[in-house]
Amino acid sequence: MLELRNLSKKVGTSIHINDVSMKLEKGSLNVLLGSTLSGKTSLMRLMAGLDKPTSGEILMDGESVLKTPVQKRNIAMVYQQFINYPGFTVYENIASPMRVAGIDKKTIDIKVREAADLMKLTPYLDRGVLNLSGGQQQRTALARALVKGAELVLLDEPLANLDYKLREELRIELPRIFAETGAIFIYATTEPQEALLLGGRTATLHEGCVTQFGTTIDVYNKPSNLETAQTFSDPPMNVIPMQKQGSKFVFSQGQVDCPKDLQSLADGPYSIGIRPHHLMLSPSNEASHKIEAPVSTTEIAGSETFIHVLQGDLKLVVLTHGVHRVEIGDQISIYMNPSKFFIFDEHDVLVSAPRTEGVA
Amino acid sequence: MAQITLDKLAHSYLANPKTDSDFALKEIDYVWDDGGAYALLGPSGCGKTTLLNIISGLLVPSKGKILFDDRDVTTFQPEQRNIAQVFQFPVIYDTMTVRQNLEFPLKNRHVAPHEISKRVEEMIEVLDLGDKANFKARGLTADEKQKISLGRGLVRYDVNAILFDEPLTVIDPHMKWQLRTKLKELHRQFNHTMIYVTHDQTEALTFADKVVVMYDGEVVQIGTPEELFDEPKHTFVGYFIGSPGMNIIPADVAGNQATIGSHSVDLKGNYPDLTGKVELGIRPEFVSLNNISSGIPAKVTGVDDIGRFKIVHATIDSIEVNIVLNEGECIPSDPKITFETSRINIYKDDHLVYPLVNGRGL
Repeated sequence: MLELRNLSKKVGTSIHINDVSMKLEKGSLNVLLGSTLSGKTSLMRLMAGLDKPTSGEILMDGESVLKTPVQKRNIAMVYQQFINYPGFTVYENIASPMRVAGIDKKTIDIKVREAADLMKLTPYLDRGVLNLSGGQQQRTALARALVKGAELVLLDEPLANLDYKLREELRIELPRIFAETGAIFIYATTEPQEALLLGGRTATLHEGCVTQFGTTIDVYNKPSNLETAQTFSDPPMNVIPMQKQGSKFVFSQGQVDCPKDLQSLADGPYSIGIRPHHLMLSPSNEASHKIEAPVSTTEIAGSETFIHVLQGDLKLVVLTHGVHRVEIGDQISIYMNPSKFFIFDEHDVLVSAPRTEGVA
Repeated sequence: MAQITLDKLAHSYLANPKTDSDFALKEIDYVWDDGGAYALLGPSGCGKTTLLNIISGLLVPSKGKILFDDRDVTTFQPEQRNIAQVFQFPVIYDTMTVRQNLEFPLKNRHVAPHEISKRVEEMIEVLDLGDKANFKARGLTADEKQKISLGRGLVRYDVNAILFDEPLTVIDPHMKWQLRTKLKELHRQFNHTMIYVTHDQTEALTFADKVVVMYDGEVVQIGTPEELFDEPKHTFVGYFIGSPGMNIIPADVAGNQATIGSHSVDLKGNYPDLTGKVELGIRPEFVSLNNISSGIPAKVTGVDDIGRFKIVHATIDSIEVNIVLNEGECIPSDPKITFETSRINIYKDDHLVYPLVNGRGL
């Protein structure tokens, strides 16, 4: 088990990592989810021993590793920008860490072919890496990390430079491939959907702090605070300031009925979070509240369409299934359903999340 | 702005191409409308950059002609074509201010000073660079520099076309969103003929009126985003557009019935007799999983829960089928698969086949 205890990293006056504590089990896949500059890479560099923390402790199976030099640690790391040995073939690139470790030729051959097969590189084993596409080069780097037998594998946005179909396929395969090795995997990404597809556990990062750490789908369904909710939503969750007054939530563009089970909630200001797919273009039940607003932009993401609207100070994003052409400036009706509200108090702490049904 | 005609265009990097596979770009014959927004979409190596280079004049095609309006420009040098180009990485002058960078392409073309300042001010406003207008480009972020690159292409009103080669690659995901929207706005405002090369479906579908999908040197479909989603003309389009892509399932087709494994499925019409590789295509969104007895028995092999929906991996007689379940939908204990009949497409040798109309083909 890898344990981070109150880990902080300051550079000059700026805080890169702020009091992070986490326990990472063997054979687990752990996603670090956060926007650019949220601290993902800084945290990985501390885990790898490439940087020294300003304060705090890193323990591997109960023993501090802070004094162990990076070469002596059993770690593999893959960056967004792939790194390979340019003069080597794919085969030699994958084999190199095992050659350094003095493993016998026969074992190396078996392991290289196994990893190449998993990463769909078998036809390219004898090619120089520079003659491969970006995706193939990144898979070579991943295969090398895989055969190394490292106890800690750090992947820093490893799929970001690949085309999205390849990304889709590798995302599904990677957790399975990695689970078999028994190592602790850390996977950094900026994309909520990637975290969900990978599964495992997710830590959301915001300004150097881990805002929540738990089973990926639980963090998504029950973000304990507004920062986590916003980090774990792409496009960002719609957030509307509302005032609870008795049985109503009042906001700048109208009011909605407070669901029965929340009527005991104290009156006062709340931040209401609504995921884009919970805003509907048709009413889902009688509790739905209608807002009319002009379309400011639309985006089509393959199987889904995002519609952005702007009404007064209210900016909303709606996600609908399928491909729809909506013209900019069109007036559309949007329905919000209070049972789908994420409700955060004045301190941005979650007080209520939509009930999740149909858990498999 | 100009209409662009691709007249029986093809290109091979070999001196004496013999077979079809020797061509990096297989024959394409198409007219692109003046003022249209087009995206060239495909995986790396599909030929989209070859086609872009032919349009920009970096490459003379082995076969066919390219016309801007009625003028044959096939052998014209890039600088003779009067086009603007925006590349993956910002191409700007670091020592100039934002304003000077935008003025430069106009000054070079001897546009009148009052006209220059009018256009440049307008562009600075559209790009939201007002507070940085007098800053040297050197100190700006990658996003801001790329915005200037876009602006340098867009200030020129008189160009025949503006070509974009994966212009948002270096941009942060959150910024991409804004810049895509900006580009679309600019297209509406100025009506330039725009050609946008990308391997990203969201960029292509969002930006373009018509998306040109390329695969293995061939244009496999030119269509609106709706057409590409609803009725992919080629199995590759079904796979490449949409996440997850379309299910492409081996099937036998006879009349208005398809057979998958040992089960039959109703089709929306009568099909002609098909030989060769016959497949049924249906998007995972239009496959449902329930326990009604009329469905096809399926075995669930895995579930990816991505919050707003679940991707269920199942098999019918060991044939893989993906199903999308909405948030809140459950997987029944004895799952049966049903297909939405009107959403089933039939493919022969990867190409879409239409049902017969009154006993005749379309």
